[in-house]
Amino acid sequence: MAASAAASAARADDLLVGPLSKTFTLKTGSVQALSDIRLDVPGGRFISIVGSSGCGKSTLLRIIAGLETSDGGAVTLGGRPVAGPGLDRGVIFQEHRLLPWLTVEQNIAFALKNLPKAEIARRVREHLELVGLDGFANAHPHQLSGGMAQRVAIARALVNRPRVLLLDEPFGALDALTRIQMQQEILRIWQAQRTTMVLVTHDIDEAIFLGDEVVVMSSRPGTIKTVLPVRLPRPRDRSSPDFITLRKDIHREFFTAAELPFAYEI
Amino acid sequence: MTGGLAAEAPSARRAGQQTGSGAAVAALRSPLAGLGRLALYLALPAALVAAWQTAYELGYIRPILLPPPTKVAGAFVELAVSGDLFRHLGVSLLRVLEGFAIAVLIGLPLGIGIGLSRLLDRLTDLIIQLTKPIPPIAWIPLAILWFGIGEAGKVYIIFLGAIFPILVNTIDGIRQTDHRHVELARVLEVTRGRFIRQVVLPGALPNIMTGLRVGLMVAWICVVAAELIAASSGLGYLITDARQMSQTDQVLVGMITIGAMGKLLDVVLRAAERRLVTWKSTFSGR
Ligand SMILES: Nc1ncnc2c1ncn2[C@@H]1O[C@H](COP(=O)(O)OP(=O)(O)OP(=O)(O)O)[C@@H](O)[C@H]1O
Ligand SMILES: [Mg+2]
Repeated sequence: MAASAAASAARADDLLVGPLSKTFTLKTGSVQALSDIRLDVPGGRFISIVGSSGCGKSTLLRIIAGLETSDGGAVTLGGRPVAGPGLDRGVIFQEHRLLPWLTVEQNIAFALKNLPKAEIARRVREHLELVGLDGFANAHPHQLSGGMAQRVAIARALVNRPRVLLLDEPFGALDALTRIQMQQEILRIWQAQRTTMVLVTHDIDEAIFLGDEVVVMSSRPGTIKTVLPVRLPRPRDRSSPDFITLRKDIHREFFTAAELPFAYEI
Repeated sequence: MTGGLAAEAPSARRAGQQTGSGAAVAALRSPLAGLGRLALYLALPAALVAAWQTAYELGYIRPILLPPPTKVAGAFVELAVSGDLFRHLGVSLLRVLEGFAIAVLIGLPLGIGIGLSRLLDRLTDLIIQLTKPIPPIAWIPLAILWFGIGEAGKVYIIFLGAIFPILVNTIDGIRQTDHRHVELARVLEVTRGRFIRQVVLPGALPNIMTGLRVGLMVAWICVVAAELIAASSGLGYLITDARQMSQTDQVLVGMITIGAMGKLLDVVLRAAERRLVTWKSTFSGR
């Protein structure tokens, strides 16, 4: 990590995770989902997390979001420990989670509170434009495609101007072309707003295309295996030699880390 | 995902037209087919009535046990012309609507409260579970003791019939709130009031509407029982009175009128449901 940049950057937005562990207690026994996780994300960074299914990526994100508590070990944002969910951390789930009975506009406004009507309308409009859905303010979620619905979810997550955006496989349910489009969209938004991004993904290309660094996790229990910096200029070319080399490196991490390497064949 | 499903639906429908039954179903959806749809809707009942009349003409049915449709129609006209039918209908309708309205006014808020509060649920569950299976008819002796033989006792019986479907479905609807939406509300720090208004209640609305429809139906079922209490008017009274006079045709007129009124009010509630719940695309058969 660029030590000087991190030191000079506004510390107020730094996200410090752990060291923390997480054990789920079930009737049948207990599952250690995370072990000794440490992650420092300087404000404004884009971090990708990849790892095999069940390695605890969602759990980690949910702990950062405050939806789940760790066994001990804190998450701090700007020096303040995280206790429960908060508007400083936006979440985008794998499914859009739009409320089907509200229009697109109302779904975005659902995230806003204690604001005058005019201000709510202004912010909603601004964020609809941001995700390129100006014409769909009055549509209902069932009238949208999967990609459009996920854009609305992005707008809803951003409308409160969170300091960190947590994305849990946000494009996993989309087709390959839409996914690439959405990746470019997220990149554009990040470059415009410089919100800290923590992206969990199954897609190694997506992780490299977007992240300043790629965190590789291994499973049972979930630990951070390596953190690979991505020192490529944006927008990144998926077919450039450096990109391909990096993809190979991450692949190699997988083949030695994951119990199910065949899950990551490309 | 919703969008994906929505996108697939039309093509699935087109594919359906290829097959034989698919074509028939598709024909039902074309705008020209309104008349055909009505015909299909009435075909079976009409056939039943025709078979019933034929069976009578052929001497298979003794009219004292089951008078033919023509005789029932005659009794209907007679009761309609004399105005008796509408008087009875009006009285029963008022009782049903009163009992149902009270059931809604109590059942809906109570159901919402119980659905939202574990404490209230714990406090009331046993009472509700024990009272629910008691048929409203069994309440008649107490209803007479408490309310006398006037209107109040009859409305009480109808109220008892209507409240449980409303209560139970409302509680169910609220309990079925999608946990993913609950999580979303937590992440967005949505206030409890807004959470209830914008997440819980809209999500429970389909169930609540089902509860209202079933409640109204049970209210009609209970009107005959309610009118066993010293009534001198009402469709239930009409039926009981005609039975004592062995006028089976009038019994049938009373029965059919209750059925028709129940259907009519259900149509109203279903129309309301369709207007309120536009976002839900459900399976409508194929
Ligand atoms: N609420 C829970 N109760 C019990 N166990 C849980 C719970 N949530 C997660 N786990 C367990 O913790 C482990 C990590 O789950 P998690 O959902 O974080 O994995 P993941 O990396 O997000 O997987 P995927 O890529 O498939 O989404 C799994 O073994 C899972 O069974
Ligand atoms: Mg997950």
